[in-house]
Amino acid sequence: MKDWPEAIYKTLKGAGVRQVGYVPDAGHKRLIELCIADREMRAVVLSTEEEGIGLTAGAWLGGVRGALLMQSSGVGNCINHLGTVRECRFPLLMLITMRGQKGEFNPWQVPMGQATPAVLEAMGVVVHEANSAEEIAPTVDAAARLAFGSYQAVAVLISQAVIGIKSFQDQASR
Amino acid sequence: MKTALNRRKVVEFLLGDRKGLLVVAGLGSTAWDVTAAGDSPLNFPMWGAMGNAAMFGLGLALAQPKRRVLVLTGDGEMLMGMGSLATIGVQKPRNLVVVVIDNERYGETGMQRTHTAAGVDLSGVAKACGFRAARQVRNRSQLSSLRTAVHAAPGPFFAQVKVIAEKIPLVLPPRDGGLLKARFRKALLGEGADLD
Repeated sequence: MKDWPEAIYKTLKGAGVRQVGYVPDAGHKRLIELCIADREMRAVVLSTEEEGIGLTAGAWLGGVRGALLMQSSGVGNCINHLGTVRECRFPLLMLITMRGQKGEFNPWQVPMGQATPAVLEAMGVVVHEANSAEEIAPTVDAAARLAFGSYQAVAVLISQAVIGIKSFQDQASR
Repeated sequence: MKTALNRRKVVEFLLGDRKGLLVVAGLGSTAWDVTAAGDSPLNFPMWGAMGNAAMFGLGLALAQPKRRVLVLTGDGEMLMGMGSLATIGVQKPRNLVVVVIDNERYGETGMQRTHTAAGVDLSGVAKACGFRAARQVRNRSQLSSLRTAVHAAPGPFFAQVKVIAEKIPLVLPPRDGGLLKARFRKALLGEGADLD
């Protein structure tokens, strides 16, 4: 299954997501393009990931469902703001492309990538892992139901093995 | 810094006869100011998430394009989230206003000087980030025009209001985040807010 980003996009549409905050990321490139092209969605480019926590919480106050797209390195930027999500029981749907996992070529990505699940869980975020392209969309669908139906903060971690970027040269060419 | 403005009086004047205005208040003194002007379910006073008040306002303004959204926050809080001014400048919501009540101090931690005390010009930053208009206010004579802009100017509009650095009594809103969220949604979206 090559076009898992399109499958995520259709799942977000089906879940009624109308605001998408993102920090540009090679793994989410196609999904971001699909969201930008959708006139019913508002794609909001962020200067840092924690802005997206405020964005989606504000959207929920206004009756609109949001989702956040980021790389695992951005999770650390969000930590304090995840405390507000928990205290207020805001629904939160985070789709996180993983770095620092299998085959990482940049050592500076490894510490945050390896700590990502533990950091999220420490802040009360439910973590769903998607380790193959086929399971991503069903996992996002389940995460959206848990987030918006049960007012939970949920993160889907999309494995580096799925994204398959092997080198700086490979990343730059995408 | 030359100003004779009292923060409570400024906020009370801006929020008087507010109609359907939606208000997000940054943590600390601005949350107390907004509450002193009259607690309302359409206030979302924050007790944490320092640096993110303006982004709460952006998410809300994009979700509710027909409602006016005012973010009232302090200079320390705004300095921590300065990147959000750039993010707002990209989206350009016409219904969003950010007002910084600038006493040039971290009021909750012992009145230490903030960057604005050294001359950092937040209204200049907002202007450079693409806000449709941004101004500094430090005189009583400018307040009437500020109030008109807060309620009617095309956004995103930004104002940095220089106020006297003084300790004033705490007027606390409810603390329970779940309650603040639920009452805001109910007042804005109606009884069925959580029935979908």
